[in-house]
Amino acid sequence: MSAPGRLPRWADYGLLPLLNLCAALLISGLVIRLIGESPWAALKLMAAGAFGAQDSVGYTLFYATDFVFTGLAVAVAVHAGVFNIGGEGQAYIGGLGVGLVGLAFGSWSPWIVVPLGIAAACAFGAAWAFVPAWLQARRGSHIVITTIMFNFIASALMTYLLVNVLIKPGQQSPESREFGPGAVMPSVHQALGMIGIPFAPSPFNLASLLALAACLLVWVFIWRTRWGYALRVFGQNPQAALYAGISPQRTILVSMLISGGLAGCLGVNELMGSEHRILLDFPGGAGFVGIAVALMGRNHPAGILAASLLFGALYQGGSQLAFDMPHVNRDMVVLIQGLVILFCGALENIFRVPLAALLCRAGGSGRT
Amino acid sequence: MEPESPAPEAPGGLPGPALELRAIDKRFGAVHANRAVSLSVARGSIHGLIGENGAGKSTLMNIVYGFHTADSGEIRVNGRRVVIGRPRDSIEAGIGMVHQHFMLVERFTVLENVVLGAEGGSLLGKGLAEARAGLARLGRDYGLDVPLDAETGHLPVGMQQRVEILKALHHRADILILDEPTSVLTPPEADQLFRMLALLRDQGKTVILVTHKLREIMAITDRVTVMRQGAVVHETATRDTTPRALAEQIVGRAVLLRVEKKPARPGPALLEVRNLEVRDRFGVPRVKGATFSLRAGEIVGIAGVSGNGQSELLEALSGIRRPSGGAILLGGRDIAGENVGPRDRRGLGIAHVPEDRLRMGVVGSFSAEDNSILGYEGRPEFSGGGILRRGAIRSGCERKMAAYDIRPPAPRLRITAFSGGNQQKVVMAREIDSKPSVLIVGQPTRGVDIGAIEFIHRRIVELRDAGKAVLVVSVELDEIMGLSDRILVMAGGEFVGEVSGEEANERTLGLMMAGVRGDPRK
Repeated sequence: MSAPGRLPRWADYGLLPLLNLCAALLISGLVIRLIGESPWAALKLMAAGAFGAQDSVGYTLFYATDFVFTGLAVAVAVHAGVFNIGGEGQAYIGGLGVGLVGLAFGSWSPWIVVPLGIAAACAFGAAWAFVPAWLQARRGSHIVITTIMFNFIASALMTYLLVNVLIKPGQQSPESREFGPGAVMPSVHQALGMIGIPFAPSPFNLASLLALAACLLVWVFIWRTRWGYALRVFGQNPQAALYAGISPQRTILVSMLISGGLAGCLGVNELMGSEHRILLDFPGGAGFVGIAVALMGRNHPAGILAASLLFGALYQGGSQLAFDMPHVNRDMVVLIQGLVILFCGALENIFRVPLAALLCRAGGSGRT
Repeated sequence: MEPESPAPEAPGGLPGPALELRAIDKRFGAVHANRAVSLSVARGSIHGLIGENGAGKSTLMNIVYGFHTADSGEIRVNGRRVVIGRPRDSIEAGIGMVHQHFMLVERFTVLENVVLGAEGGSLLGKGLAEARAGLARLGRDYGLDVPLDAETGHLPVGMQQRVEILKALHHRADILILDEPTSVLTPPEADQLFRMLALLRDQGKTVILVTHKLREIMAITDRVTVMRQGAVVHETATRDTTPRALAEQIVGRAVLLRVEKKPARPGPALLEVRNLEVRDRFGVPRVKGATFSLRAGEIVGIAGVSGNGQSELLEALSGIRRPSGGAILLGGRDIAGENVGPRDRRGLGIAHVPEDRLRMGVVGSFSAEDNSILGYEGRPEFSGGGILRRGAIRSGCERKMAAYDIRPPAPRLRITAFSGGNQQKVVMAREIDSKPSVLIVGQPTRGVDIGAIEFIHRRIVELRDAGKAVLVVSVELDEIMGLSDRILVMAGGEFVGEVSGEEANERTLGLMMAGVRGDPRK
């Protein structure tokens, strides 16, 4: 029996997410109307805030880079049938790795320190994912629960470290000192400036190239290597994996290590690329947005790239909106983002069945 | 299809046949599952519905029962048009269905299960009491004795099936649809079921029997309808036809019902199993002290009612499950330990076609070509340095599709879009193509159409003739008897008898399967 609501690819990957997005924006518009602002003006402000100028584009892409990392992290785990909700904590600890490298070796050449920082980000993020993965693989502890707990543990650990250990002496705010000049990921406006193209300054940095490379690598890994194949077999049909001789424990561990490593790379973008020091709560929920991004992007790197751009734009455009509209505050923007996540994530399937029925009727009368 | 003729008046006061389908049409996307199907089932008869897997029988019955809605066409019950959009509508129209996989709550008592869906009010007490009285009467009338207060999950399968029938009758069904009812029964249990169905018919109930077993159609039905590719291709009174004629209608061409093979010339033992004990995950022993050997150039069949340790035996041999005792000797080496997993066993030349194709043998969401390397993805022909050789995988799959006549020959098509027979051919091709010395096959033709059965059997015999050892586990006695050179019978996790392929007959095997130990040579 075929599942109800199976859609052709173009509808599944294009039309359906678009419909969900429109529904979310429609309801957001209603709420904005309710508080006495013009939805149309708000939409225009958001679009302008996200894409209206070079620096706003830069910010949008900077946020999008975060979401690519966390989205890929979720997707890799999902392909193995593992739901990694711990992206936030893994990103946070990944940042610790970047930070320690930045603080310790900041005076060295960036040609050494930047790769070292990336490696540390992956290693720390992977290490933070390893414990829940091991508990799931060997002890059957539910990974959704353990990864959520590990987010809290990461948060507590980082607060402790920043307040008591890493804090720059002689200041109140719990932040480390600045990294040395070697631990700085060049920003895009600097890089473009070097080849003579002017670009407005923004935190948009070359970690975005790392994100693009990660997209490509994840695609190759999942669809072109035997390990990715094994991972997908396990994710789609654990019994068939057992039959094929694919070890469940190993698959869970490997997928979570990769997932954690990818999430950890967020630290490269945020800390090496923008902040140049370790500070409290720098992932700022990007780990959770990654879940929505992966869902909306259908766990495919290309889709994740597109969804990351959307969420980057929402993030940046939303900030602009809160800044420009007197009645729209920060919470309002969170609401809009929440609605998009709700429609593209939790309610992802509400239009699926009617849309499938509609397409089936349209297609059934004509070609088969 | 021709335009429907007016319904004839039937005896018994009610107009028309018990169930009449007129030009039922149903599509699932590109699949035309039912093409203008018209069917008329006379009251007080047993009507057989037979056809290959994917011929549209199940879809048709699911439309009648309200699991699916037809795109067009109408359903008439007792001459009156009814609209069936969900199971409740069909229950109200007096239609009951016994599914292949029972829809019972195992932890409920029989009584609670029967009442389910017809509780008769928000408090259970009154409904249960009424049901108890009603069921006692039904039990008397139809000889359906079932312990009403027993926990359903503890009952034998045959008894659970009776509970399903009782449930349908309790819901006032006059038309009873049974979907492959004998697939889980021993031959004696099946005979008992058929006696029960005959009794139901004689009491005026109408029975529709959906099956793929010709023997059952011939044994019990009054009329039979053959479906092929979504359409009715043949309908006749059962006494006017023969199994061969029906088989040809089902497949659309002449078929071989017996497996053609030369006598076996067994060579040395390739695989020896000694005192094997396998426990399930609750620690319950499922295979108790199995000892046998597989010789080169020989097909050994294991007969038994499903759930008597065959699955665990297969899993232990293929390395999926670690035995708790005993030895599996391959060329003198004991491979029973955990460190020789399924992948290593493939490397040692043991290929395995699992019993439950969709649960284990394929990944439903993968394409045919991706499924054609499952378990072998690390072999140098399919990957190098960890990177899959996409081109080689595709051409390998195309080659297998041509060699095994897999239709459609589309490597990139999702495996679940293929018919059961073609899916099984993908699995068979994958395993046989790996050049095994020992092939272990569970249910080689479960859910496979007659045309493909012939093909698969021939491949298994070819492998034997090439000097390989084959172990076949099947719940289909005909298959075991037709294919095997030697038959071992399993009951309660033990081997209770051994007979040679030529000597085997249904009666002796059936008795042994029921656990009656006999002199194996009698």
